[in-house]
Amino acid sequence: MKDKTKETDNILVRELSQEKYRYGFTTDVHTDIIDRGLDEDTVRLISARKGEPEWLLEFRLKAFRYWMGMPMPHWAHLDIPPIDYQNISYYADPTVKKQGPKSVEEIDPQVMKTFDKLGIPLEERLALSGGVAVDAVMDSVSVKTTFKQTLAEKGIIFCSIGEAVKNHPDLVREYLGSVVNYRDNFFAALNSAVFSDGSFVYIPKGVRCPMELSTYFRINAQGTGQFERTLIVADDDSYVSYLEGCTAPMRDENQLHAAIVEIVVLDRAQVKYSTVQNWYPGDENGRGGVYNFVTKRGLLRGVDSRLSWTQVETGSAITWKYPSCVLQGDGSQGEFYSVALTNNWQQADTGTKMIHLGKNTKSTVISKGISAGHSQNSYRGLIKVGKEATGARNYSQCDSLLLGSQCGAHTFPYMDVKNETAVVEHEATTSKISEDQLFYCNQRGIPMEQAIGLIVNGYAKDVLNRLPMEFAVEAQRLLSVSLENTVG
Amino acid sequence: MSQSSYSEIFRENRALIDSGASPVMNALRDRALACFEKYGFPDARCEEYLHTDISQWFAPDWGMNLGRVKLPVNPSEAFRCNVPNLSTQMHFLACDSYMKKDGQPTLVEGVTVGSLLEISRSNPQLVGKYLGSVVEMEKPGISALNTMFMQDGFMVHVPRNVRIDKPVQLVSLMSGAVSMLSCRRILVVLEQGAELRLLLCDHSSAARECLSAMVVECVVGDNARLELYDLEETSQTNSRVCDFFVSQGRDSSVHASVLTLHNGRTRNSFHSVFKGPGASLELDGIAISDGNQHVDNYSFVDHASTDCISSELFKYILDDRSTGSFAGKVLVREGSQRTVSAQTNRNICLTRESRMFTQPQLEIYADDVKCSHGATVGQLDEKALFYMQQRGIPMKEARMLLMLAFAGEVLDRIPLDSLRSRLTGLVELRLRHGQSRCEGCNVCK
Repeated sequence: MKDKTKETDNILVRELSQEKYRYGFTTDVHTDIIDRGLDEDTVRLISARKGEPEWLLEFRLKAFRYWMGMPMPHWAHLDIPPIDYQNISYYADPTVKKQGPKSVEEIDPQVMKTFDKLGIPLEERLALSGGVAVDAVMDSVSVKTTFKQTLAEKGIIFCSIGEAVKNHPDLVREYLGSVVNYRDNFFAALNSAVFSDGSFVYIPKGVRCPMELSTYFRINAQGTGQFERTLIVADDDSYVSYLEGCTAPMRDENQLHAAIVEIVVLDRAQVKYSTVQNWYPGDENGRGGVYNFVTKRGLLRGVDSRLSWTQVETGSAITWKYPSCVLQGDGSQGEFYSVALTNNWQQADTGTKMIHLGKNTKSTVISKGISAGHSQNSYRGLIKVGKEATGARNYSQCDSLLLGSQCGAHTFPYMDVKNETAVVEHEATTSKISEDQLFYCNQRGIPMEQAIGLIVNGYAKDVLNRLPMEFAVEAQRLLSVSLENTVG
Repeated sequence: MSQSSYSEIFRENRALIDSGASPVMNALRDRALACFEKYGFPDARCEEYLHTDISQWFAPDWGMNLGRVKLPVNPSEAFRCNVPNLSTQMHFLACDSYMKKDGQPTLVEGVTVGSLLEISRSNPQLVGKYLGSVVEMEKPGISALNTMFMQDGFMVHVPRNVRIDKPVQLVSLMSGAVSMLSCRRILVVLEQGAELRLLLCDHSSAARECLSAMVVECVVGDNARLELYDLEETSQTNSRVCDFFVSQGRDSSVHASVLTLHNGRTRNSFHSVFKGPGASLELDGIAISDGNQHVDNYSFVDHASTDCISSELFKYILDDRSTGSFAGKVLVREGSQRTVSAQTNRNICLTRESRMFTQPQLEIYADDVKCSHGATVGQLDEKALFYMQQRGIPMKEARMLLMLAFAGEVLDRIPLDSLRSRLTGLVELRLRHGQSRCEGCNVCK
């Protein structure tokens, strides 16, 4: 029995590692790429390309000068090969046509096709009823934002950040950098200097966003990095559910993705942020793949505000990502649900920070790690309770599942409590799939492969259930396909 | 004093240090100096010392008894163990010097116990084989410093298949006319199939500030069994940095309890490595602190072999402005299949000013494992307090009962009955009398 399990395990792990990356194609579209290299002129050039006001250029330059003096961080449980920041192109625009002036309405059919192929319809009539508004970003530029009109009727602003800088400069200026300062960390400084399109969302007071908002990020051009920046502001009593998806072509080179997501949640507002991260993870020998170094943070400024992060991490060669909540408003609640699957030679160091500052703040952390192949999967989290955070409550649970004897699963939780009324709990377990459970399934006629898929899906259910429907299907497929396709 | 001034003192006094020690000890010093100069004291960025900056502790100009001046301490007068039902064989260290007592009966034939200096002079082969063999000096910390300055300490060697039923107790007394730094070394060797219970009691005089940089190395052979109890009952003026290094052979078992009842500032690091399959480790700790006390326990359990079991339970009760820190790392190396590891850290903060940092860590590179850790920070259960008050138990007593029960979970794991009741008594005394001195000795008074 045991041997058999081992054998099937091995087949499974092998198959799992050979699972093809579905989104690995490239699009042949004319892309305007600036020269590789990074200096002040590059920053000025990006700013000029985007036609930005003076204050934003100043912001970028300040960040750039600060970044120059920073060393690359090495504290994460990751083996990051040296990155040559001068050998990356920091701006690539696929919307520029070879001849004629650029028109927003006219999108290159190739680009349209790409997003169709990715299953992201950019034509509103094709979207399912009640559908999802999409901001599609390819390389450094937002290609199209759908349902803008429908949303505008409710006063909701949903556009690329470049557009927002032009049309709503006051809002952007007020909130940009208010959650993640450019001095926050190495990659935040880099992003602040060279950031390109991401999404900007503003939900006015008392508005419940009628549809899911979503941004789809796609890296296409070679030798570039993606440095998008997303800013979400939920005003008093509003609600929004925001989704994020990402893919990249299969290449032997490592592409850098260093993004910042800032979320501001005001009084009694609620934001749900879901990510299915499926950047190209590299091949079975660990060649290629995206370096995903992301800073995501939400500031819960208002009383009784809520922010929930849900992430399914299956892609990227290296992931360095800690979606966090600063629980400043009294009674605010932060949640973090994560499934991180690493395979082959992937490495992930991911988790969350919950900073309790207001009174009666609550946070929940559920993290499920699955490691296979030669991958290393780490959970790193910080629960911090400030002196004034009376009645703070936290519950964290991080479980790891090991498939294969060559992978690693690690947990690094930090707890820092400065208030005596706080109750903070942390639990973590690491194990392989229970043989009893497998045996039980086998006994009832469920073949080994399906049984493993079943158990893994059940294991991740706590998190998958939190995803909006459209994404849950995608996420479940991502997990199950990799695990279940060994059958016949 | 900075790191370089310690190197300087060492260089200047090398002849004096060597003359007060033995060739076996002196042989280790060059490497220790090289390591110390390379790694030195951990700085604030060092992950293992995140909440305890011990370089500050070493900053004052401490006196060191390198000339081996005899200290006027009479241990039998200074220390009086008032615990019933526990008969131990007692040994004394004054700062780092072993105090010879006449008429100490031999424990069991073949067992070597006593001054590390004397044994290393009379039996250099034995000491040379084990001294420094499990100590890791190639990282920031105090083990290199200790090796540079060690001149005496305590040693137990239990030969093959010898069982010692009577616990061995080592009482360390820190006192002196000036502020003292002492680098004592304790070496415990259990050959294959040997058994030993060792109780380390740390006391100090409140009159002067003291700092001890102590290293305890334990080599536990195949199938051997060691019970190690480390009880700190020092005073507010005492700082202690203690590094434990334990290496376990095949099918060996170790139970270690680290209890901090009275102290000033304490940093304990416990390093354990499983060298052979089937070994087990039970590592427990209690810290009760108030005032401005600081207790930092760090543990690192290295599952370098298959089929090993480790279980850790640390509990803190923090009152007043005291701070506590716990960091526990469990490393399961590649191929260490069928590892079982559990780690629990539970803490109670009684006041708003008390602070607790906890940081459990798991690093796992094998798949057939069952590993878990849990950590909580909270207060006494209000419902339980209310329940007891309803039944006529006064608030103070109810709190006491809850705290005792909280600590009791750790104490219950102590295998030796008499010692368990003794330590339970001491914990109760500590909780009831708050900052009162321990009753066990006169040194503290």
